[in-house]
Amino acid sequence: MAWGFADMDDITFLEPFERLLKDLSSPRQVRAIEAGEDGHALWSGIAESGFLDALMPEASGGAGLALRDVGLLVEALGRYLTPFPVAETMVARALLAQEGMAMPDGAILLAAMSGDVARNVPLALVARHALIDTGSAIVLQEIDRDALPRPSVHGGLAADIRLADPILTLPRPLQGLRAMQAVLDAAKMAGVAARLLEMTVAYANERVQFGKPIGKQQAIQQQLAIMAEKTVMMRMAARIGTGCAEWPSLAAAATAKSVTSAAAVDVAAIAHAVHGAIGISEEHDLQLYTRRLQEWRVANGSEGYWQRQLGDIRLAHDASSSAAFARAIPPTA
Amino acid sequence: MFDKFTLRALPDEDEAMRGPLRALIAARIANLPADRRARSWLGFDRDLSLALGRAGYLGLTLPRRYGGQEKSAYARFVVAEELLSVGAPVAAHWIADRQSAQLILHFGTEAQREAYLPGICRGEIYFCIGMSEPGSGSDLASVRTRAERSGDGWRLNGQKIWTTFAQHDDYMIALVRTSGGAADRQQGLSQFIIDLKAPGVTVRPIVDLTGDAHFAEVFFEDVALPAEALIGQEGAGWAQVTAELAFERSGPERIFSSIVLLDTWIAHVREVRAKDVAATALIGRLCAELATLRAMSLAVTAQLVEGESPVIEASLVKDLGTGFEQSIPALIADDLGSHPDETVSPELARTLAFVTQIAPSYSLRGGTREILRGIIARGLGLR
Repeated sequence: MAWGFADMDDITFLEPFERLLKDLSSPRQVRAIEAGEDGHALWSGIAESGFLDALMPEASGGAGLALRDVGLLVEALGRYLTPFPVAETMVARALLAQEGMAMPDGAILLAAMSGDVARNVPLALVARHALIDTGSAIVLQEIDRDALPRPSVHGGLAADIRLADPILTLPRPLQGLRAMQAVLDAAKMAGVAARLLEMTVAYANERVQFGKPIGKQQAIQQQLAIMAEKTVMMRMAARIGTGCAEWPSLAAAATAKSVTSAAAVDVAAIAHAVHGAIGISEEHDLQLYTRRLQEWRVANGSEGYWQRQLGDIRLAHDASSSAAFARAIPPTA
Repeated sequence: MFDKFTLRALPDEDEAMRGPLRALIAARIANLPADRRARSWLGFDRDLSLALGRAGYLGLTLPRRYGGQEKSAYARFVVAEELLSVGAPVAAHWIADRQSAQLILHFGTEAQREAYLPGICRGEIYFCIGMSEPGSGSDLASVRTRAERSGDGWRLNGQKIWTTFAQHDDYMIALVRTSGGAADRQQGLSQFIIDLKAPGVTVRPIVDLTGDAHFAEVFFEDVALPAEALIGQEGAGWAQVTAELAFERSGPERIFSSIVLLDTWIAHVREVRAKDVAATALIGRLCAELATLRAMSLAVTAQLVEGESPVIEASLVKDLGTGFEQSIPALIADDLGSHPDETVSPELARTLAFVTQIAPSYSLRGGTREILRGIIARGLGLR
């Protein structure tokens, strides 16, 4: 443990984690990794920090933290666009450690599939292994990067993952990997949105048209107010997901992912609208952020998928009112 | 700047209020059809307010010496949630309990507190808010109703409009001009407690687009106000009204206005097409939004408990909340309209019709959407 963070509260270890990301996961470094560099400095920095073992039991040498302790770290991973599945590797290592399995090196993806392929898995091109939920078990398999198809989006690192020979098999957590991955995506999207809001407000205060900053125009102010509302809503929904002690409930995951996915579309749209043409250029960092929102919105179930899941739960939840149902969704301390 | 939006939990002692409160409410609303319950804080029921007062559910945050319960804003959150989530007709006491009592407690004299607060806590005396005038809506500082000094007291002339339930209430707390003119804007405004039975006060109910008469216009013609009708400082009306609006915007009210319709429609879907994918997704969408907005509203309440004034945060939750409330009738109308050959109960049809018609008011009352977004933009550093 580099910082011995088992004894700290979440805010205390957030700061060194953010500092690490600020140093090693800047937009320039992110672009380099997207262009094919191996990102060794970033990955080894994170690995050496000990954060990858945050969720592992203390008996296995981890920090023994719960999901709710690392929610802010996951938001930070989004905010800094970190192009490795860091949160996913934390979860995977905890699952492997629980079963006393040997720990593979490198980044580990999470993926869920009902057939033999998981489509468009974010960060597939930088992961060494994938932990796959087949619906009946969890299997660990190696990722052969050279065999993966090229990403369909410019600058992207996502690819389809096909079921291959498993290295080992684990028991499946009750709610499955998709619920956990959805919550991680939600938290990362909330982190991206918060950063986009800062960037967009700053730009509106700088960019001058009609003789004054465009942020002085009521039309722009109203748009940015909506963006702030959606950003806060994403943050709150994400925390309903990451507030769980252990594995997120299906209802909490559905709430987190459906609300963040739906709002991500609006946040990205307003960010682009306010930035104007400069935001369409590759050179401007805006596209790094909005591209992730679009990707994570649909990854592991878009809002439509998770709305159906939650609707099924509500319809099965017989007698009580929607208010009582909604009240029971967030995890209790 | 939005760091205060974190997951909060209600204290156990406040959660424990739900059981007995729910029983009291259930007994009172058992015979109310959904379309009556959908009126909720536009439903005036003196007996319910008296029963709530007797049982100690009003004046929750007020000191005991005025008849209050000395509980936190969390207790009020629980009681508001229980009442509104089933559409209890709370209009009689709602404004008095939510904002007039707070205003009197914070800005009133000891004599004013003793005169009004115990009756509010018992659910016996009812207040309305005199802000809007024919020429003053969002531009509240332009009010023209005027109180002029007359002997020891004041003489009031002018008109208020869109005043909710002035025809049933005992008192109005009005924002009026006491010095200067329209050009002085926020300067020279004061607040008065006006006895609506006083000579010279005329209240005319206004029929709304649903056929109800939930609001009224109120005329003041040489109304003699005693000196003690002034509340707070002369000339400090604007600051007091701003504080009052923060109370109005902070509660969980702004999430539940369409909840009776939502539950009535969910019961319909469960009965006639529980496997319908589009309806199931819509139910999930609305429940996810509800859970998130409720968590946000609770975070704002936590700020109140901690003694902060969450003006920007409350504006943000209110704008999102009213948008959510307004989306419900539109989405449900499309769902039902997408199945034109399906039988819909008259109760659901009437509930949908009422909520559809009244929903535009959700983002007007207590500050329009555009005003709220202006407040948020200021919070973002844009103005």
